[in-house]
Amino acid sequence: MKSFDYVRPATVRDAVTAAVEPGAVYLAAGTNLLDLMKGGVTAPNRLVDITHLSGLDRIEELPDGGLRIGALIRNADLAHDTNFARRFPAVAEALLSGASAQLRNAATVGGNLLQRTRCAYFFDTAGACNKRNPGSGCDAQGGDNRLHAILGWSKSCIATHPSDFCVPLVAFDAVVELEGRAGCREIPLETFHRLPGDRPDRETVLEPGEMIVAVRLPADAARFATNARYLKVRDRTSYAFAVVSAAAALRLEAGVIADGRLALGGVALKPWRARNAEKILIGARADTPLFHRAAEAALAEAKPSGDNGFKIELASRVVARALALAAAGTPERMPALPASPFTALSGVLTHG
Amino acid sequence: MGFSTTLTINGVTRTIALDDPRVTLLDLLRERLDLTGAKKGCDRGQCGACTVIVDGRRINSCLALAISHDGASVLTIEGVADGDRLHPVQEAFIAHDGLQCGFCTPGQIMSAIGLIQEGQAGTDPERVREGMSGNLCRCGAYQGITAAVLQARKTLDAASRKEVA
Repeated sequence: MKSFDYVRPATVRDAVTAAVEPGAVYLAAGTNLLDLMKGGVTAPNRLVDITHLSGLDRIEELPDGGLRIGALIRNADLAHDTNFARRFPAVAEALLSGASAQLRNAATVGGNLLQRTRCAYFFDTAGACNKRNPGSGCDAQGGDNRLHAILGWSKSCIATHPSDFCVPLVAFDAVVELEGRAGCREIPLETFHRLPGDRPDRETVLEPGEMIVAVRLPADAARFATNARYLKVRDRTSYAFAVVSAAAALRLEAGVIADGRLALGGVALKPWRARNAEKILIGARADTPLFHRAAEAALAEAKPSGDNGFKIELASRVVARALALAAAGTPERMPALPASPFTALSGVLTHG
Repeated sequence: MGFSTTLTINGVTRTIALDDPRVTLLDLLRERLDLTGAKKGCDRGQCGACTVIVDGRRINSCLALAISHDGASVLTIEGVADGDRLHPVQEAFIAHDGLQCGFCTPGQIMSAIGLIQEGQAGTDPERVREGMSGNLCRCGAYQGITAAVLQARKTLDAASRKEVA
């Protein structure tokens, strides 16, 4: 690992000043950053340790009914917060389907949004990767790419965004609060991550030094609490990134979908909101044929980026299944295997 | 440039000088404090052999910078027994053959202690397996490990009920 300066600022303002310098990065838990530094994938000159800053580790109720989640809240603490899990069960389920208990105990909310792709060619410093080394090419194309993107990819990059947490967040119109040199601003999570285009090295809309200070869920997101699920197909039962995942949430009125939300994970370089599918759902009767039509709409633009054509059909089935699970109702207790397709469709449900 | 970090390790508070901020908590424990119970398996947060409990949470010490944990309280495998009396989780691992070669065992035991404290798994073997999925065992002692965790939880539960009564 390359040597670096270590600074521990006392305030957010000092942190921003310290992190504006080229080659400086923020350190929160470091579960992703240290891994990348050990592999030589990233080699920052300076680590700005924000873990000792105060005020970033609170979950706050907002006057309008929304929830503000501090950037340093640990993934496990958020998922197990009773009030949070009751109001946003699909977000809790997504959190608990990610990584391992040890990593969830350390990893933060802000860090989750900023984690890097797990594309093997991004990690392999001997190979070409436009994200790691702009202009060098993309060894994933023509390489081992069965897990790569089927939506929003470009000739420059076919990697996916690895987060589970971000998938229901984007479905629920989460907002990211940022603080930078120019002060505070907020942007929808949906526009926070960039698609690769011809600059896959630019991963988010963050300006130099800009820090995530909180993520907000609007009050409206809690209206789906009785019918909200996250479903994640993995190569292993547990402790694996998504091959494909989906967050589905429905607001049902006498069997008719008054409002619906859908987002996919593991399919693109950002959490993928499926608005076309939502349009098909809203106002329609919640049944299996409808869910399949919505799934088809969600994947209408999908194209294989290599040896991953199977992911299109898989994603379509995952979407239809996630919608069926949401329609059946949020389970009263978190399933033993959160987000697992091995959870029975019926017999475990108490809501709805 | 010199750095230092103050840690309370197994109940003893000490300030440790660091000549380099790159030192992980795992390397600090193993290489500088002679606490070699936590193991360096993958060193990348994938195997769980380095699991220790920091401020009440089980984490991978290989992915934690020692300097960033200034002020933290750390519990390692060396600190769980009461003199010659093993911790109930250690006893259960022996009783249920929860190990073969033993390399992953300190991490497994620290993870199990964390899991039981978190209180999410209860008596459900499926929840125990899910909660222990961050600890790999190449000998494949998983059945014994699951049985040991369930047994230890029962023992600790009975002990805490006795304390309350």
